[in-house]
Amino acid sequence: MSDTDTGAALPRRRIDIAPALTPLLVAALAAPFIGSPSTFLTLTVAGLAMGMMIFTMASGLTLVFGLMDVLNFGHGAFISLGAYVATLVLLPLAAWSQADSLGLNLGVLLLALLAAGVVCAAAGFVFERVLIVPVYGQHLKQILVTIGGAIVAEQLLYALFGPQQIPLPLPTAFRGSIILGDAAIEKYRIVATFIGLLVFAAQILILDRTKIGLLIRAGVENREMVEALGYRIDRLFVGVFMAGSGLAGLGGVLWAFYREQVHASMGGELLVLTFIVIIVGGLGSVGGCFTGAVLVALIANYAGFLAPKLALVSNILLMVVVLLWRPRGLYPVSGR
Amino acid sequence: MMILSGDAPRSRALSALLVVIVLALALAPFLFPGAKPLNVAANICIYALLVASYDLLLGYTGIVSFAHVMFFGVGAYGVAIALYGLGPGWGALALGVAAALGISVALALAIGLFSLRVQTIFFAMVTLAVAYAFNVLASQLSGLTGGEDGRSFQVPFVLQPGFRLFDGALFGVRITGRVLSYYLVLAVCAALFLVLLRIVNSPFGRVLQAIRENPFRAEALGYRIVFHRTLATCLSAAGATAAGALSALWLHYTGPDTALSFSIQVDVLVIVVIGGMGSMYGAVAGAALFILAQNYLQALMGELSSAAAQAGLPILPGLFHPDRWLLWLGLMFILAVYFVPTGVVGKLRGTEERTQ
Repeated sequence: MSDTDTGAALPRRRIDIAPALTPLLVAALAAPFIGSPSTFLTLTVAGLAMGMMIFTMASGLTLVFGLMDVLNFGHGAFISLGAYVATLVLLPLAAWSQADSLGLNLGVLLLALLAAGVVCAAAGFVFERVLIVPVYGQHLKQILVTIGGAIVAEQLLYALFGPQQIPLPLPTAFRGSIILGDAAIEKYRIVATFIGLLVFAAQILILDRTKIGLLIRAGVENREMVEALGYRIDRLFVGVFMAGSGLAGLGGVLWAFYREQVHASMGGELLVLTFIVIIVGGLGSVGGCFTGAVLVALIANYAGFLAPKLALVSNILLMVVVLLWRPRGLYPVSGR
Repeated sequence: MMILSGDAPRSRALSALLVVIVLALALAPFLFPGAKPLNVAANICIYALLVASYDLLLGYTGIVSFAHVMFFGVGAYGVAIALYGLGPGWGALALGVAAALGISVALALAIGLFSLRVQTIFFAMVTLAVAYAFNVLASQLSGLTGGEDGRSFQVPFVLQPGFRLFDGALFGVRITGRVLSYYLVLAVCAALFLVLLRIVNSPFGRVLQAIRENPFRAEALGYRIVFHRTLATCLSAAGATAAGALSALWLHYTGPDTALSFSIQVDVLVIVVIGGMGSMYGAVAGAALFILAQNYLQALMGELSSAAAQAGLPILPGLFHPDRWLLWLGLMFILAVYFVPTGVVGKLRGTEERTQ
């Protein structure tokens, strides 16, 4: 995970393994309390799937913060927007979605993801150019302006799509569960986990192996130096912002299929969760975001089973514990 | 000037506006008889206090909190639970307010010590998460809080609508418990507002402004910024708690929608920015303008919406629907942040004071 922090720095930084092991620790601690192995397996898979979905949303937020030092409170609006785009895609393609064919079902899911990513990236472009450009470097105004943007965006979604919940049925092939021993594992959760892992791998590859990724990592470390070397940092900014918004859209689609319904308020609720994840992970760190998302989701699922009333407070407790251990999150990014 | 702590409005237009607002509020039961205008006036008082306490944090100290409505809710629920559980009495009321103040300050202390150590941006995120969790907790602990339904309760007899201070009327208005409630709200809000004004004009308040302008320099001068920021958070939380208690006392009801909803937080943010960050008077002016607009402009929006629907225009009826009031508020808010960062107060003073 250190690759997101330093990458090719010489001498190579030692890999900080302790935080990455925390999800295992949590799982090991929770197992005896849960008792039944099949329940434990179901909860763990559910937690992993939820973690991957949250990671998809949160990674965009943490990248944008890491590079641009902008905390986007409007991120939730892109999550909702992505989900609504998915409903628009499924409307004309209902036949594909209902068809008893894995290929068509998968096609519909991928199309929805693609459309949501593209639309959210475009919306992100407008959002960055119109709202954020004038307030770079001013934290207070950034928070205020992005909050304003979030309110306006959410209200526009209400005005365009109506205040009611819109159902978003899963494609046929992803419904139901696989029975593994005694444990029932929902198929869609496996799909979501897989997509989340793909997103993570793609991000790590891009950040670690391409020139763009090198520039982004350099920008996170030292913005002025990248500019001084002759790169247009503002183009990098808008690109990363679009990518971050697109990722929010992808996450929104995954989450909407998981819940099988769409509502404009979902963005705000998920924004709280993504904030907890990126604080736990360390602001600006993709690897930390991944670990944090898995941690938050696992604990939420275990707590939801063991003590339902504590499920939401459990996230806050997790945040407190992590920040007491590492005040800047699991994987602190230098220079922040 | 003593009563204003030497911080006069410093502008004729602003003074005139404030005098009009204060006079209108002081004489509201006589000038505007009826239940709705009195309700509007009480709301203005409560919001002025709530926003002024928020401005201590946002405008004077330069930190953004999303948990202000949580402290408001603690106050409201404190009064509700005490009066519901112990019956209507002044003792129960005092107990509820004291407990709520204690809980609020303890919470604010914990959040502040915990998240202001690292970065102020942490504070914004942590408060959002904590406020959200608190909201869910309040609706889940239905045995204590009444859950989604909230709690209706009886207030002390003197404040009940059936109470008459004396037979007959004063200037044509019966002095009922409702009118007395209103004056209680007004008096407490005015007193606490003056206390807040005193705080921001004290040496402590100056240090807060120094921290807002340049934390490093303030620290280099020997001020412990974590201590000052945390204390400001606690004071501001106490102010919000008092506003919440008054709101519960006025409504005879506390529920998630009236005490903890995130839209109250948004309203407070909007009022601070429109009124003017970093000036206590902005809270009064902003609250008065905002509450009036909320109560009387929404009706106008409804008419616009139905007019657009009759004209057969697309989308527009949706945009002007009274429920979409927040949309226009959000737009106004963004424009205010960009173009009028000093708000109404800054405009009326005609000075381009730096608010950062």
